[in-house]
Amino acid sequence: MTESFAFGTGSGLSFVHLPFVKFLDLPLLSFRNSMGSIFRNSTKRLGIQARIWTFRDPDEAMSALDRQLEKGVPVGLQAGLHWLPYLTSRTRLHLNAHMVVAVGKTGKDYLLSDVVAGSIMPCPGKDLRMARFSKGPMAPRGKMVIIEKLPGRVSGAYAAAQGIRSVSGTMLQPIFPWIGVKGIRFLANRLERWPETLGEEESRRHLGHIILMQEDVGTGGAGFRYMFAAFLQEAAGILKEERLQGLSARMTSTGDQWRAFAVQAARLCSGRSHHGESFVSMAALMRCIAGEEEAIYRELRKIAPKIRSREAA
Amino acid sequence: MNVRDVPQDPQSYVPKGYIRYAVDDAGRYQTVHSIGSKEQTLANNLFWEHVEKKIASTAEEVRVGKASPLAFFMALKMIERGLLARYVGFSAWRVGRHLKPRVFKRLDPSILKRYADFFGVPMDEFLTPPLERREILLGKACE
Repeated sequence: MTESFAFGTGSGLSFVHLPFVKFLDLPLLSFRNSMGSIFRNSTKRLGIQARIWTFRDPDEAMSALDRQLEKGVPVGLQAGLHWLPYLTSRTRLHLNAHMVVAVGKTGKDYLLSDVVAGSIMPCPGKDLRMARFSKGPMAPRGKMVIIEKLPGRVSGAYAAAQGIRSVSGTMLQPIFPWIGVKGIRFLANRLERWPETLGEEESRRHLGHIILMQEDVGTGGAGFRYMFAAFLQEAAGILKEERLQGLSARMTSTGDQWRAFAVQAARLCSGRSHHGESFVSMAALMRCIAGEEEAIYRELRKIAPKIRSREAA
Repeated sequence: MNVRDVPQDPQSYVPKGYIRYAVDDAGRYQTVHSIGSKEQTLANNLFWEHVEKKIASTAEEVRVGKASPLAFFMALKMIERGLLARYVGFSAWRVGRHLKPRVFKRLDPSILKRYADFFGVPMDEFLTPPLERREILLGKACE
């Protein structure tokens, strides 16, 4: 099991831009689905039995966590970044979409495996409790997950095929203007007009926000596109479908285009744009990316096998 | 992106760095460690410059009496009205009123205490904030 395989089978790749949901006056922009949904979809499709809880009462949530840790079971917890004391000050924003794994407890401190911190860190109980009940958009509400049982045979092929079909379906959805390929074009249209609607300083800050969502939050780079391309390579092997290799390569070059966008945006923000670069040219690049992604997902939808059930594969 | 091209910006914000996925010369994906790219450093700089500017401008507004001390602590904690309201248990509209100096002056001590406890500062510091402070206020679990 690799990170990219979990991501792909959990249909993690996405694009959402909700200009009406704001954080520090910046519009919501995400290149992936929520961690909860990735975990749930991935485990279900792979035939891994998992359990997910949410709680209303912090005391109950912490006792439930203690019970699992006593049994030696590692527990995935959603925790608001702001309240985790071991993080550097610049990481402690009011953002809730963060997961840690509790691997043990010593005295009143919990041992948390945190990707952002890079290792296992001790966290006092009262801080963890606060983080688990952090407020705001996508609040954790004490969410915790465990793996209860691994199946005799992991249904990798089924999960890979379902993951691909699901991502393609979401990205090609025709209804909501802010989601998927439509969402990318939606953002391109808005971005083009930022200099007039937001003014120079705010436009630059918004561009910076896209870069951060794409490269800082986007694990692996290029808004998760590289990670998904890695998954497609794995899926090509598992599904014995060579054409997925080609699509993986196309996804990689789309990722390269996202990175080119970030580089252009950074040049503009620092006043070092090359001749011809502007919000208009960046919007055009984004529309080009939208077109490429659309073509990829249409192909993926055609190629990915329709496997009826986990047992069939 | 080829493994050779994975950026390593020496001025990166995040010493721990990031995982990047890149292809080797045979086209197979590998995970590579990157300490960050110039674009990320720049974007982070923009974000934090804005936070610092907001703290400075809010400090000025409090100094001249256009906003209450509450506004300054909100800027220090980078928290907005709506989210703060949920933490302290008031409506967002009420928090908005508390930002006005004349309303703030007449607030009941129990209300002031809720704010001070949330920000993790003693009452006298909450009422007369150190306006030259530019360091952000980090979360501290109360109770």
